[in-house]
Amino acid sequence: MDIRAQLSMNFHMDKCIGCHTCSVSCKNVWTTRRGAEYMWWNNVETKPGCGYPLTWEDQERYRGGWEVSGGSLRLKLLKGPGKIRTLANIFFQPNLPTIDDYYEPFTFDYQNLFNAPAGDDQPVARPKSLITGEFMEKIVLGPNWDDDMGGSPLYASNDPNLKGLSESQKELLTKFHKLFFFYLPRICNHCLNPACVASCPSGAIYKRGEDGIVLIDQDTCRAWRFCVSACPYKKPYYNWANGKSEKCIFCYPRTETGQANACAHACTGRIRSVGVLFYDADRIEEIAKTPDERLVEAMREILLDPCDPKVVEEAKRVGIDENWIKAAQNSPSYNLFKKWRIALPNHPEFRTLPMNFYIPPMSPILHNAKADAGGTFDPENMDFFHQIDKMRVPVRFLANLFGAGNEQVVIESLKRQMAARLYRRQQRFGDVAGGNSAVSQMLNSVGLTPNDCDEIYRLVSLATFQERFVIPETHREAQSTVDPRLMYEKRGTVGFGNKKKELIGRQW
Amino acid sequence: MINTMLFGAAPYVLLTLAIAGIIYRYTMSKYTWSSQSSQFLENRTLFFGSFPWHYGIMLILTGHIIGLIIPSVILGWNSAPARLYLLELTGLSLGFLALFGLLTLIYRRLTNVRVKALTSGWDVLVLLILLIQVVTGLGNAILYRWGSNWYAGAAVPWMWSVLSFQPNVDFVSNLPVVTKVHIFNAMLFFALIPFSRLAHFVVINPYKYLWRPYQVVRWYRPRTARTEHLVQYK
Repeated sequence: MDIRAQLSMNFHMDKCIGCHTCSVSCKNVWTTRRGAEYMWWNNVETKPGCGYPLTWEDQERYRGGWEVSGGSLRLKLLKGPGKIRTLANIFFQPNLPTIDDYYEPFTFDYQNLFNAPAGDDQPVARPKSLITGEFMEKIVLGPNWDDDMGGSPLYASNDPNLKGLSESQKELLTKFHKLFFFYLPRICNHCLNPACVASCPSGAIYKRGEDGIVLIDQDTCRAWRFCVSACPYKKPYYNWANGKSEKCIFCYPRTETGQANACAHACTGRIRSVGVLFYDADRIEEIAKTPDERLVEAMREILLDPCDPKVVEEAKRVGIDENWIKAAQNSPSYNLFKKWRIALPNHPEFRTLPMNFYIPPMSPILHNAKADAGGTFDPENMDFFHQIDKMRVPVRFLANLFGAGNEQVVIESLKRQMAARLYRRQQRFGDVAGGNSAVSQMLNSVGLTPNDCDEIYRLVSLATFQERFVIPETHREAQSTVDPRLMYEKRGTVGFGNKKKELIGRQW
Repeated sequence: MINTMLFGAAPYVLLTLAIAGIIYRYTMSKYTWSSQSSQFLENRTLFFGSFPWHYGIMLILTGHIIGLIIPSVILGWNSAPARLYLLELTGLSLGFLALFGLLTLIYRRLTNVRVKALTSGWDVLVLLILLIQVVTGLGNAILYRWGSNWYAGAAVPWMWSVLSFQPNVDFVSNLPVVTKVHIFNAMLFFALIPFSRLAHFVVINPYKYLWRPYQVVRWYRPRTARTEHLVQYK
């Protein structure tokens, strides 16, 4: 057993209202620099939708993530000749998304509103490209272009997650009474088996041993951009102005001091929580090779129970600090993903073992009349879980998004969420059909205890800041690799060092 | 006199500048040690520029280096006319391949607005130096036949005389002007490496990728029990 700690974020999708406060606070803190304007380390997408960059989930195009080939785990990017392919393509990277797959960053010519000469027409602020500085004819794409299913015949209908849906289910895109969408907030998953790290020819990307955060060493990065293709979530970005790749850093300067990440801290819906997970690094390869239908279950297996005395003893032996062990024992991530089994990873089939977890959304029951009047749902003829199949969001769609196509894990999560809700309703109002006995029977059938339900209820509705963000401080004072005299060198430089010049000429 | 300056003294000035500059920039400013890629902004034309250019010029450069290190092999190979023709023809085609790529790259840099926004004066200078180098190289090959032979007979001994600190300008003083430009321009190229995007010409790390494990893990302090820094699987 090689026990390591990992920071992990959770998203309760029922509560996400798509306000983009997370994206904006992330942008304000990290990516307002030249070359980074187009980057959204945190972004919120409407699903169904094409996402950002367009169709990032389509790995036929970008070759992101891993595949099992001949019993061993291999980067999709290395298909064919293997690692030599990377070196052969080092002068031109065939699977790279370009700026047009994201959007051309722009501003508006606001000065014209003040300086325009008097005339018959109202002056306008024309869009201006932040790359070339020239006026743009029109803006054709933005970071959130298909928000709330805008342009859905063009965008949402190309969502890769719609595969396997029946024609009548696909009516959700076009028929108003069947319409649904929900929001998918995304940051870097800080995977256990990161494809970006594995693809980097210069070895610039690394996973931090202490907290599992994946970072790009800016001094070692040589602008070869394989990480951009290899990451199936498209979360490393290429800074076109300074020629370095950058990515979500899980706000490590904040988490190291026990503060919540900028995105999570700002979340108005309080949908996010952050916790510590312990995992067994010896099993990464084995787990990442698990067939699709068992993948989510296998990801639960690689996580270790932080309350198990043997795990605690081993954690202490390998030098994990006391406060980290304590945090792991109160981890919202562990509870949501493994103990209560209601959170799921995003696209586990990419086999990077992503470490952010999503509680899939419940949705309105689909009906416009009783069954005998041509509707699809008969409210007089239902049991507790009958509704799951009738939800507007097809389980198939959620399974493609969160279960590697395995509907069972999604149904389990939805049933457990529903059971917890009904249990609470019975506690509060006592009006659930069948009364207490029916509710306890229902809890038994999904494997939850009343205590679990109370804890779930507390975490997703009442939890305080400290209960949602259980982030232990990193003991930087014990680290040996940084000269303490240099610790403040990068202060005021958003972690990227002072501005540097190529010996003559270009500003970096 | 001018020959002595250009081929007896200047090589030392320019090569010293190159070596000292490379060491200085790599140690003091490692962050800037790369060639800024513009593929992210424009990738259609780049394909037809970057691939032919890099593969053409790399193979030709390899030929030059082989000739420098073991000239007798080249001379031996060229002793049969058929093999000489083959070598010359291969070199010439690769030269034209590189020229095609280079012209495409120049065209792209001058016409694409996005790429132009990223272009510095150094980039233009680098392209100019490279263009002179490729054109004079092709000129040598076409105007003065069997260059692979007299390269090994005239230029290589001169290079060795420079490298062994006994510069003998006589080897090159009677060469045609096109050849002299080619040789001097090559030294300018080396001198430019530390100052421009040519820094990427001296690459140190990508070969390691072939045998390193996929995953890289860094620890901020030594682990109490384990010293292993990598997840060991390929």
